Amino acid sequence: MEGGPSARIREGDCAVLKRDEVFKAVSVLRRRKITFEKQWFYLDNAIGHIYGTTFEVTSGGNLQPKQEAEETTTETKEAGTDNRNIVDDGKSQKLTHDDIKALKDKGIKGQEIVQQLIENSTTFRDKTEFAQDKYIKKKKKKYEAVITIVKPSTRILSTMYYAREPGKINHLRYDTLAQMLTLGNIHAGNKMIVMETCSGLVLGAVMERMGGYGSIIQMYPGGGPVRAATSCFGFPKPFFDNLHEFPLSKVQSLLSGTFTTETLHADPEENARGEEESNGLTEEKQTSLQETEEEPAPEAAMEINPTEEQDAMDVNAEDGEFKESKEKENKENVREKQIKQWERRKKLQEAAALLREKNADGLIVASKFHPTPLLLSLLEFVAPSRPFVVYCQYKEPLLDCYTKLRERGGVINLKLSETWLRNYQVLPDRSHPKLTMSGGGGYLLSGITVVLDKGKSDSSNSEALKMEEPSSKRCKLQDLPC
Amino acid sequence: MSFVEYRDTIKDGDTAIVFLGHESMFPVKVQHGTVTQTKYGVIRHSTDLIGKKYGSKVTCSKGGWVFILHPTPELWTMNLPHRTQILYSTDISLITMMLELKPGSIVCESGTGSGSLSHALIRTVAPTGHLYTVEFHQQRAEKAREEFREHGVEHLVTVTNQDVCKNGFGVSNVADAVFLDIPSPWEAIGHAKSALKAEGGRICSFSPCIEQVQRTCLAMEEYGFTEINTLEILLRVYNVRTISLQIPDLGKAAEDNSSTGFDSNNPSHQGSPCANLQQGTVQFKSGVPLREVVGHTGYLTFATKSLV
Repeated sequence: MEGGPSARIREGDCAVLKRDEVFKAVSVLRRRKITFEKQWFYLDNAIGHIYGTTFEVTSGGNLQPKQEAEETTTETKEAGTDNRNIVDDGKSQKLTHDDIKALKDKGIKGQEIVQQLIENSTTFRDKTEFAQDKYIKKKKKKYEAVITIVKPSTRILSTMYYAREPGKINHLRYDTLAQMLTLGNIHAGNKMIVMETCSGLVLGAVMERMGGYGSIIQMYPGGGPVRAATSCFGFPKPFFDNLHEFPLSKVQSLLSGTFTTETLHADPEENARGEEESNGLTEEKQTSLQETEEEPAPEAAMEINPTEEQDAMDVNAEDGEFKESKEKENKENVREKQIKQWERRKKLQEAAALLREKNADGLIVASKFHPTPLLLSLLEFVAPSRPFVVYCQYKEPLLDCYTKLRERGGVINLKLSETWLRNYQVLPDRSHPKLTMSGGGGYLLSGITVVLDKGKSDSSNSEALKMEEPSSKRCKLQDLPC
Repeated sequence: MSFVEYRDTIKDGDTAIVFLGHESMFPVKVQHGTVTQTKYGVIRHSTDLIGKKYGSKVTCSKGGWVFILHPTPELWTMNLPHRTQILYSTDISLITMMLELKPGSIVCESGTGSGSLSHALIRTVAPTGHLYTVEFHQQRAEKAREEFREHGVEHLVTVTNQDVCKNGFGVSNVADAVFLDIPSPWEAIGHAKSALKAEGGRICSFSPCIEQVQRTCLAMEEYGFTEINTLEILLRVYNVRTISLQIPDLGKAAEDNSSTGFDSNNPSHQGSPCANLQQGTVQFKSGVPLREVVGHTGYLTFATKSLV
């Protein structure tokens, strides 16, 4: 659990490819063609190297560890002072499009192509030193095919998702996710409730911070939890031992005490899991991960209700046309399905039992749903004096949630916030904020639970109003009938 | 109580947070026979606190009441005694994530200062990680040690009283991450590099001024750090308010008012605002930015130490 067992790239690992600031999550498999940033290659040669190694893509899609970068100085250190005499006639580059293509086809190293471009540029020497620098950087980016293979982490995956597929994580920017983890006091040993529809990215971030210590109950909508992003983290198997899941649709019955697992419909997970979209990871990898997750324990088979099995076989036997072997296979399938279902029911019971204790150490919500009903119900499962954090892409639903939580009581220190993130270019004499920045990374509503006064609503307590509302006038307005 | 583990009930010797209301709170050391004065009256530790559940409402002598909260690094940050300028949770969050900290991580930090970041780092790397923190000010170093002991986290942290720029972190080849919050971080980059593991790690330097950032970036490049990236994060807090705006009298007839389109545009979902329209106002909920906010704390420069 400490920092990972080995820093070497192994077959079957979940890794992340990096080129400049572009990331892509992949699983390391032999003889598997990967396309990334308009290049294709195989990862075979990367196996055995240390994470963080930079590779060059050579002909045939092979990866070769990049040699220590030779000084890419242009032999002449000539440079102009300004651009008063530089005219854009479109003819400064002596190499034609076809020349460059020919160079590439010959398999010439990107570095050499860049050098040729510089030598054949008539204006290069007149450019200022800074402009030359910028020119080289731009060409390098285009022609030097280098990729770095790094270990997945919340930092990398949340940056990757925000850049590549923000829609799949409800536009949760990485700095906002960072706030959630801190505001939620996520740490080893917690018993956390997580409700997210962010492809499992938030779940993965929580799992990373808990390091396999403690437990997590993931509340899911529909047929099953989505964990496409979670699988990109490459967590060791023990991390999943104390990861539970509970369907949102059963929350009400659990709270009212009418919950049973009997009503669980046949195969809910199959449908939902099918909906999972790949996020860089190949589809195959995902299914294989799921299979290992759902591997039935051998002792589970022994305890299967014999009558249930009999019924199932009877149904099966109606199809008399099948060959014996085929029938056997079917029987196997049915058995397997039942084992799975039994397993699922057992896991559901466990999750229900954990929730019933109503002593969770925190609640994290980041979903596409309206946060108010989620909060009002799920906070019931949280112990007093514990933090909770709700993410929403929009501010307005959180305004509503804020008001409803006030009415409910049992929460203090409510805070609605947003973070702004600004990137800087820092270069000698050329430091400034980057030209573009993200317009929005979502909003957070956070607070702390306290013992809920039974019988009387907090809003009827004038002291409470005085404590939490800086202006009592506002409360009057809120209470106005509309 | 411990800063790295939740407990349900308040015990003798705990550090607890007394929450008075709207952003007003203070830490208290729970001790048998002690009393604490608040504006709502006296809290008697033996009867009012010890044995009670964290999160309980405690009635003070004058009939007013407060909540007693379990300590967390975030609550501590808001309430700790300042010995220096401190880092707040917004920056701490980004630092923790960008340094890729998790249970088991080994972290080096300098200076310790008031221990605001230290508590957050310890919380994240517990129970198997460790924090090596260096503070050149002897009194501050001792005070930090004392606090870590009181907060039940002393086994997770080593405080060293020396100058990080001259003598480094006192460890080499062990750290997954290094954090610098000192006036001249560029003088400590070499030491940071040797404190980090041979296979690499992450570094972060916090500086208020861009000139410091420039020197630091140059030093990082010189020592072979890659992925050098400077960020700034700002927190924006909103007050939730119900606002009413008066409708101007344009001399139109009263019945015209109801067809001005406010019904469909009312974002507050408070139902029909017609009752208020009759009074000539429209109400809506708004998140109003605070009048004065923090505009700058510091630049955060992150980088990666790659393989040898």
